[in-house]
Amino acid sequence: MKKLLALLLTAVMLLALVACGGNNTGNNGGNDTANNGTSDTGDTGDAGAVDIKIGVICVHDENSGYDMAHIEGITTACEELGIDMANVTFKYNVAEDQKCYDAAADLADSGCDIIFSDSYGHQAFMLQAAQEFSDVTFVACTGDQAGVAGQSNFKNIFPYTYESRYVSGVVAGMKLKELMDAGTVTDPKIGYVGAYPYAEVVSGYTAFLLGIQSIVPEAYMEVQYTNSWFDLTKENETALALMENGCVIIGQHADSTGAPSAVQAEHEKGKEVYSVGYNIDMLSVAPDAALTSSQNVWSVLYKATLEKFIAGEEIPADFACGYAMGAQTISALGSACAEGTQEAVDAAWAGIKDGSLNVFDTSKFTVDGKTVDSYEVDFSIIDFNTGDVVFEGPVVNVIENGVFQESVQRSAPYFDLRIDGITELN
Amino acid sequence: MSTVRHSEPLIRLVKRDGISRSKSWGIRIAAVLLALLLSGLFIYSVTSLNPVDVYKAMYEGALGTTRRRWITIRDAMVLLCISVGLAPAFKMRFWNIGAEGQILMGGCVTAWCMLYLGASLPTPALIVLMAVVSIAAGALWGILPAIFKARWGTNETLFTLMMNYVAIQITSYCVALWENPSGSNTVGIINQQTNAGWFPALFGQTYALNVVIVLVLTVGMFAYLKYSKQGYEIAVVGESHNTARYAGIKLSRVIIRTMAISGAICGLAGFLAVSGVDHTISTNTAGGRGFTAIIVAWLAQFNTFIMVLIALLLVFLQKGASEIASQFNLNDFASEVITGIILFCIIGSEFFINYKLIFRKKKGGAKA
Repeated sequence: MKKLLALLLTAVMLLALVACGGNNTGNNGGNDTANNGTSDTGDTGDAGAVDIKIGVICVHDENSGYDMAHIEGITTACEELGIDMANVTFKYNVAEDQKCYDAAADLADSGCDIIFSDSYGHQAFMLQAAQEFSDVTFVACTGDQAGVAGQSNFKNIFPYTYESRYVSGVVAGMKLKELMDAGTVTDPKIGYVGAYPYAEVVSGYTAFLLGIQSIVPEAYMEVQYTNSWFDLTKENETALALMENGCVIIGQHADSTGAPSAVQAEHEKGKEVYSVGYNIDMLSVAPDAALTSSQNVWSVLYKATLEKFIAGEEIPADFACGYAMGAQTISALGSACAEGTQEAVDAAWAGIKDGSLNVFDTSKFTVDGKTVDSYEVDFSIIDFNTGDVVFEGPVVNVIENGVFQESVQRSAPYFDLRIDGITELN
Repeated sequence: MSTVRHSEPLIRLVKRDGISRSKSWGIRIAAVLLALLLSGLFIYSVTSLNPVDVYKAMYEGALGTTRRRWITIRDAMVLLCISVGLAPAFKMRFWNIGAEGQILMGGCVTAWCMLYLGASLPTPALIVLMAVVSIAAGALWGILPAIFKARWGTNETLFTLMMNYVAIQITSYCVALWENPSGSNTVGIINQQTNAGWFPALFGQTYALNVVIVLVLTVGMFAYLKYSKQGYEIAVVGESHNTARYAGIKLSRVIIRTMAISGAICGLAGFLAVSGVDHTISTNTAGGRGFTAIIVAWLAQFNTFIMVLIALLLVFLQKGASEIASQFNLNDFASEVITGIILFCIIGSEFFINYKLIFRKKKGGAKA
């Protein structure tokens, strides 16, 4: 009796589910009209409002500085374009696996016209969804395959992060110079908490060191990877280890406040150490030790993309822009910053804007003791396990007029040269 | 004559001898209703949203569209598979909290097959091979703690837990080995171009094969535990080791055999997760489901058919929770509180099924 009842109940429940699942057209149609009905009432109310539905897939939620930057970016862009936030659906804590495809497909089902994802690892799943929903545009932020994937409704956007990295390096350089002039520091050693040994990270820390070297030419750097984008404890420990090694300034390309907190703690013990953050203002966790943070202004990229989308223009497969368009900034300077820092920062921004300052000027760095005259990058996407070419891309010499042309051939960074003066510890 | 007056406590707990089926289900349903009421209060007091809207959103999130229904079924099937795997071990009172590791090991060997044999073997053969190796890998991860338990009486709770960490480390090593593109620390979608080693669609449904495999296991495990001699041995060992010995049951053999089965099915769940759902491997492939499945198995009292309901309920709550987060811009934590309240009430209801409360009677009733 007991098992019979259980069996029956189960069978009924499963049947009901599967039956509903199989009934493709009937149920779906019903739901779609229901959904449209609710959203339409909102739209028709104020004529002239932009009538598009946007989906956003976030790898974490507002507790992560990185995702917060994206959430704010979308919100600002929508405000400026007059898009009602009721038309924007966020999906939070979407891991970089099948769940991303599920989320993307679900957003497309619910009638989204354009769908963004904020993390690199979402890309493959966004592409998969793009192949299935050809009338929906999928934008994978920080991705690197759209240019060569040949899927017309699949796009990538990425800001010129290296610019704000460089300028935050200038801030760090000014502080380093002050400390060396005062005689408190003799060894200009920089530490960097990196996430992964990936071009995006390499490009970032190289720009950071070049910014420092523009003030203190003899500065050099040690990089240690945490192999995670977000790991409070590991970033904290890595920063401690670097300070133990004698690093004076700790930069980071990882999303938590682990490193700045560690630097603040050491600073309070009387050690002359300072921190440069990423994404979010670190003054709240390191009021004495934080100098500044390099920041992306994602709203600029979102706005540019949405503007084209609304106007019905072709969105470039790959879009990148920087300070000149307002997509780069650094956070408010900390009280520990050296005198004259603001002026140096302004000068650097001005140089970047008018083109007189190139971050990756080949005369400013060497590889194995030699200046780099030409560097060929293969933009094909290769399956690293089989060695097969997934998407054929061009091979391009990215050094032009004595400058490494970062984020020009493709929005995602490809500067992966290991320049002299930087040591990777792991 | 002096009489010592014992004041009767206001409430007494009495273990029930038995309870009718209708009554026990009545208590469970009351618990669910109470849970909905409580979380409704929570929702209203914290967010001032209409609880009915929130419940409607939960329902929509889990079952609102064809795709969502299939995703709910798909995820429930993986959870169910793990729970079915845990059932014999827990029925034997062998605390196998190593399902996470067993899943990961099954997942790792599956991913290895997809990566290295994807180009040379046809998919049906590959799927059979992956099922076999994942069963073997999971079984190995289950047998090791069982051997130590049977031979030297080691603590299986600690042992299986430690095996999880070993499996996680092996998985991170594999991810580093197979990462694509290099430096990303993810394996990416395996065989995205060729779909080699992916579960084929059955009856036009992508996840139908998942359902078929898991339901076969569910029925099989029910019969195994209920009707087979080995199932009876498991029940006896679970009740008392001494009774089992007295009855001539060879303890060590039953422990090792049962854990091999338990690990094997969990390993198969790893195969299901990698080949049938994710098409990639990461340290999150198990994603805590090895622990959630313990709740499923335990709540169902090892009845695999009840497990179907509970697995569906848990996945329903999970999908509902993320839909609330998305629709009302609530933090995930808020929706997890709701899930927590509902689970708490359901688990709590088991208490009232096993015990009854007796209130002190009004004065007149008491004998002098």
